[in-house]
Amino acid sequence: MATITLKGLAHSYLTNPTKSQDYAIQALDHVWKQGGAYALLGPSGCGKSTLLNIISGLINPSEGEVLFDEQVVNSFSPEQRNIAQVFQFPVVYDAMTVAENLAFPLKNIKLPKAQIKDKVAEIADLLELTDSLNKKAKNLSADQKQKVSMARGLVREDVSAILFDEPLTVIDPNLKWKLRRKLKQIHEQLNITMLYVTHDQLEAATFADEIALMYQGKIVQFGTPQELFERPNHTFVGYFIGSPGMNFIPITKSQAGVYYKDMQLNISQQQQVALQNTSSQNLKLGIRPEFVELSARPESNSFAVSVLSVQHLGSYQLVVIDFNGLEMQVRVAEKMQFSGAQVHLVFPSKWLKLYVDEYLVGEPAMDDGGQSMEKNHE
Amino acid sequence: MATNMISKRNLGMFMYLIFVLLPIYWLLNMSFKTNDEILGQLTLWPTDFTLNNYITIFTDASWYMGYVNSMTYVAMNLVITLLVSLPAAYAFSRYKFVGDKHLFFWLLSNRMAPPAVFLLPFFQLYSSVGLFDTHLAVALAHCLFTVPLAVWILEGFMSGVPKEIDETAYIDGYSFGHFFIKIFIPMISSGIGVTAFFTFMFSWVELLLARTLTSVDAKPISAIMTRTVGATGIDWGVLAAAGVLTIIPGILVVWFVRNHVAKGFALGRV
Amino acid sequence: MTGAKVWKRTMNKIPNNKAWWLVLPMFLLVAFSAIIPLMTVVNYSLQDIFDQNTAYFVGVEWYQEVLRDTRLHDSLLRQFGFSLSVLLIEIPLGIAVALMMPTRGWQASAVLILLALPLLIPWNVVGTIWQVFARGDIGLFGWTLNNLGVDYNYTSNSLDAWLTVLLMDVWHWTSLVALLCYSGLRAIPDAYYQAAKIDRASPWAVFRYIQLPRLKNVLVIGVLLRFMDSFMIYTEPFVLTGGGPGTSTTFLSQTLTQMAIGQFDIGPAAAFSLVYFLIVLLVSWVFFTTITHMEKSDNGNKHDK
Repeated sequence: MATITLKGLAHSYLTNPTKSQDYAIQALDHVWKQGGAYALLGPSGCGKSTLLNIISGLINPSEGEVLFDEQVVNSFSPEQRNIAQVFQFPVVYDAMTVAENLAFPLKNIKLPKAQIKDKVAEIADLLELTDSLNKKAKNLSADQKQKVSMARGLVREDVSAILFDEPLTVIDPNLKWKLRRKLKQIHEQLNITMLYVTHDQLEAATFADEIALMYQGKIVQFGTPQELFERPNHTFVGYFIGSPGMNFIPITKSQAGVYYKDMQLNISQQQQVALQNTSSQNLKLGIRPEFVELSARPESNSFAVSVLSVQHLGSYQLVVIDFNGLEMQVRVAEKMQFSGAQVHLVFPSKWLKLYVDEYLVGEPAMDDGGQSMEKNHE
Repeated sequence: MATNMISKRNLGMFMYLIFVLLPIYWLLNMSFKTNDEILGQLTLWPTDFTLNNYITIFTDASWYMGYVNSMTYVAMNLVITLLVSLPAAYAFSRYKFVGDKHLFFWLLSNRMAPPAVFLLPFFQLYSSVGLFDTHLAVALAHCLFTVPLAVWILEGFMSGVPKEIDETAYIDGYSFGHFFIKIFIPMISSGIGVTAFFTFMFSWVELLLARTLTSVDAKPISAIMTRTVGATGIDWGVLAAAGVLTIIPGILVVWFVRNHVAKGFALGRV
Repeated sequence: MTGAKVWKRTMNKIPNNKAWWLVLPMFLLVAFSAIIPLMTVVNYSLQDIFDQNTAYFVGVEWYQEVLRDTRLHDSLLRQFGFSLSVLLIEIPLGIAVALMMPTRGWQASAVLILLALPLLIPWNVVGTIWQVFARGDIGLFGWTLNNLGVDYNYTSNSLDAWLTVLLMDVWHWTSLVALLCYSGLRAIPDAYYQAAKIDRASPWAVFRYIQLPRLKNVLVIGVLLRFMDSFMIYTEPFVLTGGGPGTSTTFLSQTLTQMAIGQFDIGPAAAFSLVYFLIVLLVSWVFFTTITHMEKSDNGNKHDK
């Protein structure tokens, strides 16, 4: 049971890293609170598995410190850190039965036999492995094997944290959902810090209370799934979270306001202030497809655009429009009809986000910690 | 604790390497000595360094032709082995056919026949087809044990290549031959490296068949070495030099396939 | 489930008898060198041969004689004793060496090459190397032993000779077992070692539950190869000791060669070769089927749900 703190963490697989691209993890500070259920989300190659292995002690970071509670554990081996970890592909001890597999970590910490038996039975029951306890592990199917791997991770109660490295990759979709629920349930029962690595936003959102989104070796945003959706801190978060991702409009600023080509766009007071304070040319406005409004008739501040395509996706339809040469995606309710090729579009200013050098600026102050996160990155 | 374990491991490895290398060093050491020094007193390195033993070998055609002969039939054997083993291994790795299991076991059983009594029939067989004392005879005879091994190693590597690759290639319009040479063979190049290593190994080191099937024109070096026993006793220096020279082709082969072997060992069956 | 399905589909072989066309060249080539000599030997074994033109059919007489011949029985026993000693030393030593081998970098390549060296030396040269190396006067090994006060002479003492042949075989062939095991060890994904670390497995537990199970396949190969080759060992001891002193290192192959070529008793030699061949085949087959049977009964558990 521990709070895990990462201080100035950086890691490179090269012996003499020079460029920032040489680093798998770059200058990373973060705190994982005791008892939380976290997801580490990001595309492949963003460094999330590296970060996980640094926390568990399988990799020694090139720079920075890992703290468990107040103690620096950099030089500690995984067993000294008392970590449990479940890997992407099932790792079972072929020669042992399922029961022996589950008992293995407990035997290694020299738990009394009776206690081992109880604990194994309990975990097997939880993951519905009771029927196969006496089978040889090597004869199981891939998802059964992965259940055994997970059970081995969960069987020790005293661990500091349990780390999951994309544990459901080889599992069937419907079983996936069930196991995720199981994990969540176990988390509520045991009050152990759990860190779950995945590239699937849905998986992250259903498992975790808070998600850390990683991109190019950095945590670009840490927050609840809703925060990541509504206030993406970085254009990458906007692009990666949601389906489809955020629309971005490159803009220029002038005395009179901001423009996309020759079209003037309305932005908030705070956003105008933020714009005045920067000399950067890399300016973008972002809006989620869910928040763009379409109507058949012109309204105030609306733009006339042409519809390029409409896809019906069951509960909603995805409309691709041509916004003065820029393709944008809009999610609208299924019942809405498009009579002609011409529609009118409105950007509600609440959902129009301003990005300077890819980072979010000009937001009204909020009462949660989101604002301070932003500062860290600027 | 951890560093202690590692140094213990390294020490063990070091000791074993010494055990492997010491007899070879001794041979090398002797090959640079004169016979007087060899028989006179025991010296750990040549005090009277000489290349005469090597010069003897390189200036006498009956000596150095032995190397040429050996290398010729080993190379021929390697080519023949690969040519017949590649399609056969592919068949074993991809298809089920009548008698496949029996065929496989029969292949392996060829390694189990005691050579001694089979020498005479071999001699008669190759004489009757007019191949006696040719490189081809030895190359063909060695196929008896190199081909089973090659098929077996290659089959392991080929089974590791997903069948979807074959199917995709056929859908893309490749003919079997084209697919096999352009796509499949490059994918198992490590397997071919390992196979070449083992084929070379068993053909190069074999003496009985090679000696029986040759008399003059294709006589292998290992058979010529027995000549060093002369009227005045054994010419140790030349014997050692000849021995050293038989090791060199082996070193070259491992050197060329070392990356394949390291990688291939990791992937394939062997 | 998905993973298992994909695996099964790729492993399923298509029944197709046309595959014989791919196997045929290989079959003809091997059959030429295998079947004709084998039939010739069978033919010899049923006849009493005086010279090339005079031979009598004697039926199974040679087989009966061979099975009663005490000289051959002794030879066979010595052979089993030798092969067993070879396996008992080389298999554990090979595993140990494989575990000690470096896994990456130039050291890995270097060790690989150095270990492969003894395998690439012609067998009679191996005999020569040890013939020289073990001599008391000009060989480092024999000379060192004698100077340490050990009374060692492989040309006159039977036990010394036998031990020298054994040591030579260990030197020659342990590398093969080591290389096979090394390949087996490399095939274990890192995740297994990581999981073992996380599960706090002791080094012994890592070996027993992760490495050894994965070595089973290569060890089957190693044991089979080493058994077959050590059972038929001929060239190296012939060069090293010439079979002596006495008959202490006269192995089966050499006995047969003496019968066939030295005494021109081709009939009995052929009969015994075939008996000998059958012994090797039988032992290999029993070993092989036991192993596959063990695997089958393991897999059988899966089905009785």
